[in-house]
Amino acid sequence: MASTSGYSHRDPMLKKRDEFEDLLEERRNSSDLRYAFRSYSPVLYKELSPCTASSLKNMVLQSDQLRFVISQVCLETGRAVDDIQEEASAILEEMAHNLQLSTVRFFAFTLCKVFKTLFRSICVNEEGIQRLQQAIQEHPVVLLPSHRSYMDFLLMSYIMYTYDVALPVIAAGMDFMGMKFVGEMLRMSGAFFIRRSFGADKLYWAIFSEYVKTMVKNGFAPVEFFLEGTRSRTSKSLTPKLGLLNIVMDPFFKGEVFDLNLVPVSISYERILEESLYARELLGVPKPKESTSGLIKARKVLSEDYGSIHVYFGEPVSVRSLAQGKIDRSQFNLLPRHIPRRPSEEISNLVNDSAYRLVRAQEENMVLKPWVLLASLLLQSHHQNQATALEELTEQAVWLRDLSRQYGAFLHWPDHVPPSEVVSSSLSLHRGLVTISEGRVQLALEQAEQSGPGEPPRAATPEEELLSQAVTILSCASYRNQALHIFLRPALLASAVHAASSNNKQEVFNSFSFLRNMLSNEFILCPGATVQDFEDACFLLVKTGALQVSQQEVVVTERGHRTLAFLTSVLDPFLQGYQVVCRFLCEEATEDLTEKQFVPAVRKFILKLLLAGQLRYTEVLSSDLQKNSLAALLRLGAVRKIKGECLVLKVTSMFLLQSGAGNSKGQQGDGELIGRHSRRETSDSESRRRSPVTQRPR
Amino acid sequence: MAANGSGGGGSDRQRVAQQRLRIIAGHLRRPADDDSDVRAAECKAPQSESDASAEGKTVPRRRQEIMKWNGWGYNDTRFLFNKKGQTEFTGKRYRLSGMILPGLQDWFENTFGASVHHKSPATTILNSSAVQPPTLNEAFVEELKSTGVPFSHDAEDRVFRANGHCLHEIFPLREGKIGRVPDTVVWPNCHNDVVKIVELACKHNVCLIPFGGGTSVSSALECPPEETRSIVSLDTSQMNRILWIDEKNLTAHVEAGIIGQDLERLLNESGYCTGHEPDSMEFSSLGGWVATRASGMKKNIYGNIEDLVVHLKMVTPQGVIEKSCQGPRMSTGPDIHHFILGSEGTLGVVTEVTMKIRPVPEYQKYGSVVFPDFEQGVACLREVARQRCAPASIRLMDNKQFQFGHALKPQVSSIFTSFLDGLKKFYITKFKGFDPNRLCVATLLFEGDREKVLQHEKQVYDIAAKFGGLAAGEDNGQRGYMLTFVIAYLRDLGLDYYVIAESFETSVPWDRVLDVCRNVKARIVRECKEKGVQFSPLSTCRVTQTYDAGACVYFYFAFNYRGLSDPIHVFEQVEHAAREEILANGGSLSHHHGVGKLRKQWMRDTVSNVGIGMLKSVKDYLDPNNIFGNRNLY
Repeated sequence: MASTSGYSHRDPMLKKRDEFEDLLEERRNSSDLRYAFRSYSPVLYKELSPCTASSLKNMVLQSDQLRFVISQVCLETGRAVDDIQEEASAILEEMAHNLQLSTVRFFAFTLCKVFKTLFRSICVNEEGIQRLQQAIQEHPVVLLPSHRSYMDFLLMSYIMYTYDVALPVIAAGMDFMGMKFVGEMLRMSGAFFIRRSFGADKLYWAIFSEYVKTMVKNGFAPVEFFLEGTRSRTSKSLTPKLGLLNIVMDPFFKGEVFDLNLVPVSISYERILEESLYARELLGVPKPKESTSGLIKARKVLSEDYGSIHVYFGEPVSVRSLAQGKIDRSQFNLLPRHIPRRPSEEISNLVNDSAYRLVRAQEENMVLKPWVLLASLLLQSHHQNQATALEELTEQAVWLRDLSRQYGAFLHWPDHVPPSEVVSSSLSLHRGLVTISEGRVQLALEQAEQSGPGEPPRAATPEEELLSQAVTILSCASYRNQALHIFLRPALLASAVHAASSNNKQEVFNSFSFLRNMLSNEFILCPGATVQDFEDACFLLVKTGALQVSQQEVVVTERGHRTLAFLTSVLDPFLQGYQVVCRFLCEEATEDLTEKQFVPAVRKFILKLLLAGQLRYTEVLSSDLQKNSLAALLRLGAVRKIKGECLVLKVTSMFLLQSGAGNSKGQQGDGELIGRHSRRETSDSESRRRSPVTQRPR
Repeated sequence: MAANGSGGGGSDRQRVAQQRLRIIAGHLRRPADDDSDVRAAECKAPQSESDASAEGKTVPRRRQEIMKWNGWGYNDTRFLFNKKGQTEFTGKRYRLSGMILPGLQDWFENTFGASVHHKSPATTILNSSAVQPPTLNEAFVEELKSTGVPFSHDAEDRVFRANGHCLHEIFPLREGKIGRVPDTVVWPNCHNDVVKIVELACKHNVCLIPFGGGTSVSSALECPPEETRSIVSLDTSQMNRILWIDEKNLTAHVEAGIIGQDLERLLNESGYCTGHEPDSMEFSSLGGWVATRASGMKKNIYGNIEDLVVHLKMVTPQGVIEKSCQGPRMSTGPDIHHFILGSEGTLGVVTEVTMKIRPVPEYQKYGSVVFPDFEQGVACLREVARQRCAPASIRLMDNKQFQFGHALKPQVSSIFTSFLDGLKKFYITKFKGFDPNRLCVATLLFEGDREKVLQHEKQVYDIAAKFGGLAAGEDNGQRGYMLTFVIAYLRDLGLDYYVIAESFETSVPWDRVLDVCRNVKARIVRECKEKGVQFSPLSTCRVTQTYDAGACVYFYFAFNYRGLSDPIHVFEQVEHAAREEILANGGSLSHHHGVGKLRKQWMRDTVSNVGIGMLKSVKDYLDPNNIFGNRNLY
């Protein structure tokens, strides 16, 4: 039971964080060339037996694991061993990095130039770097940066080079390899390439996992990959992919390394380069064609101001301590360790829990700029169809600043500057997204990007107009999303209080648990931590005086209404999105709807409703939200997949969801639904393990 | 044949044959022993206090005459730091005795952050009043008297039989703290004495704890605190005769109380040896080897104790268990010897053992190989095992242990040798590019006839060369083996200066050897840090035995405990964690030390529930009243 549990509250405000140092400052004052040719002598893993990138390949090809799999494939397919071996070395050729310091120096030089024009500063917590140095020396290290931009991986290597830290090798998707020259350059700067999907290809899997493991065991270099699997187009952290994490943790479980340090790294951009690209992608609007004009536009990118980047190297997490008391490593005693087998349940659970923990750690150390708060406020007032006076916006921002700090936000708000200046400078950096007229601020929805200065404005259809507005709104939402992890738990509680039929604590908890479960594909919510999250949310709302929580009741205080109103409207767009997806499935979906058709169909449906003025939130057009809601419904069993295709079953509970979650109190059947779904809570980890990288060959 | 052997006539014939063999054996002995050996068929009469020394046997009834009560080994032998900053090894018993070790003190102070000025000396006098008065079973004592078997309630006698040599046993003794000790010590002189004692113990329900050489490192000798009955320590040390030698079959029939050094020496006099040389062989007994499944350094030639035993006799509460013949191998159901081997005194007392013997080898040669790193060394040992060409002994010390061994180098008398040493060092580190902080050394011992030894030596060095190994001389090899005999004395030296130390072992499949070594050593370091040990510990290992499918690994660990309020508790936690780490990495609970009480918490996981059930059912049949109540194993 929620109220009686003994969780201790860690006041998020008390979390200690390091200071930052600007890395570009020195670059602006001294020679880039000398910097690129400076002596580089990183601290290495103490048990490293030095080897070259090519001898690494040999180690992999001669490994017991690969030899075993090759002989297996040989038996299964009847192909000749030589043949398979050749294929194996071809795969490895395609995959392997070819890390060379000279290339890194070249990049260092070029990036200096680029970074200095694009960004005001690149801030790094030096203490984090020192911790990393220490960790690299002690045990093999895995770097886990957040992924918001193509820049991330070059930026990471750049920082490592600058601080004399061992250069990482980076798992990258094959899509880069399309660009032949760039691909090879990246390869030489430490990237190794993995096919996006290789399904049940045993051989590929074996080579890939052995390659990564060899680098981990040997301590060749820090292995870097993105837990989120791909760039987040929404700035929300993505549900972690477990494949690579499984692979890097495996040598610990098998006793091949004493320990392993996982280092979460949070990279936050004040302005994301791919801002409107992402929005278009989410809306399914085709990118502007690549052309000379495109190139000119790309140059325009270089001339713009993208503010600053903050990179925070988190506390290294020891795999040994994660596993302590949870994993019995002797489970590998009776089978040769090179024979591949499915991870046991306890290992799968641990890897899953660890992945969530690490993504949470990334979130917690993300630096938030004032603009993030402004974006949240502006979006909310946009939906109330009002432009906010600048002073009012400033007042609200200060209020939200204080609130978010109390919730533990890592907010970079310059306290020595008057708030009005902070607000106006933030707005000016993002002038593409906001307009200020007559002292009132609102989202810049009127911009017509297609029309160049020379061309006459052509008449846009209502649909086109809507989509162009949506680009701005989704761009803006991506900034708001950066702060979502701060408000998420309190917001779930606020919405639960709002939706529950009474003040009864158990009912509020049930409602909370339902919402949380429903939205756990949308946000990073650690599996099995419902009670903890509920208690944390209560703690924060009580601490800030918005709620009173007793043994039996949860009551909103007089001064709490403003907070709760803000919090509920944070979640509202998402709830409406889920609702509308349900509506689509119930009203429109045909018997033979495939998964591929789903997004276009639901988009069409939503567009229709939006144009008819039946929906408030334009951001429900986001394909990310639509996919997440489908995943949630699949997980909850409201929708079923048949033979890989998406077949919709109209389950009664979906009607209940529609009537229950959106409207406020007292809906009949609401409680029943909540009850039913909260019991399913435990099974939700399963669906998360479905990614090409995660899926082991059967 | 087997059927014949089981008949009554058969056993008669056997007895006659044995009698004859005994006489032959007697003739083979030197004249002084003639007398005692001829009457060996019967029990020796009660002898005078100094009997042992008179007969050339090492261990007297009163162990205190020659041995320490709260430390290792002989009274006259110990390490000490003298005022000149050098280390001396006192006494005359060892090759190292009387020598000066110039490097040890520096190594000691640097390794542990210890100082010769911070002493933690042991209580010297055993205070009898600190010993609890004995709880006696009067009826048992009365009847025991009538058998004529010598026994004692003397406090010193009892204290000497209350412990093995685990750190947590020795440490309190040094502080003069004495826990539960046996109430009576009894010294049977022969098998029949044991039969009588066990009968009486059953009749009067007293607890018997067999005691051999007292070298246990598994808490096996500790009196269970929950035991309320009178505890009798059955000291087998006076059952120490070789009853006969059979040169046709190359076997010897020996009383189980004989200690290793006496057995070897006596056999050598007849031109034989067993070749069983556990590191503890100076003090450990034949019965103890059987009861713990001991392993000897030269097992590659001679085998471990289970390979050496041909016939066993054990007295249990249900009677005497033994086989009817001495066939070299039998298919007669599960081997009953294997109920006895490793039973750790829980089922009965091993009284007589027929063992294989071999002619003393013509030629012995030590050797050593330096490897650039431990990984290469292990790979070499693995290859040697694969080719089944392991010398009598092959051991691989890690870098730390190599440096430790180096610190034990005696003072060099001539400038020439020290010059040579310097040259060797230069060659290896500078010319060959070995990193002095990574290189490691394998020590070798070859045995056999001269020609074969030299041939064998070449074969092994050739393999070593493939793994970057360089021959590093006989001297280094010999010193490596010396280390094992003096290590326990060294622990006492450490204890004098706030340094506590222990060793433990495991066996592990080849593919796991490096992982176990690395992880266990790292675990020790991490645990020490986490438990508040202020100085970095010494955590080192060596591979001491090779098998077809794996190896035996031996760990030493030690740390300076200044600043800890309860060093023994911290120590036990670290040792416990280290064992957990071993098991998690696929190592065994023990290769040859046994389980005792120290490791019994892991027995169930080690042998499965059913396994425990099988062992217990044997115990229940043989000893339903838990007369052999040392509570080892399960």
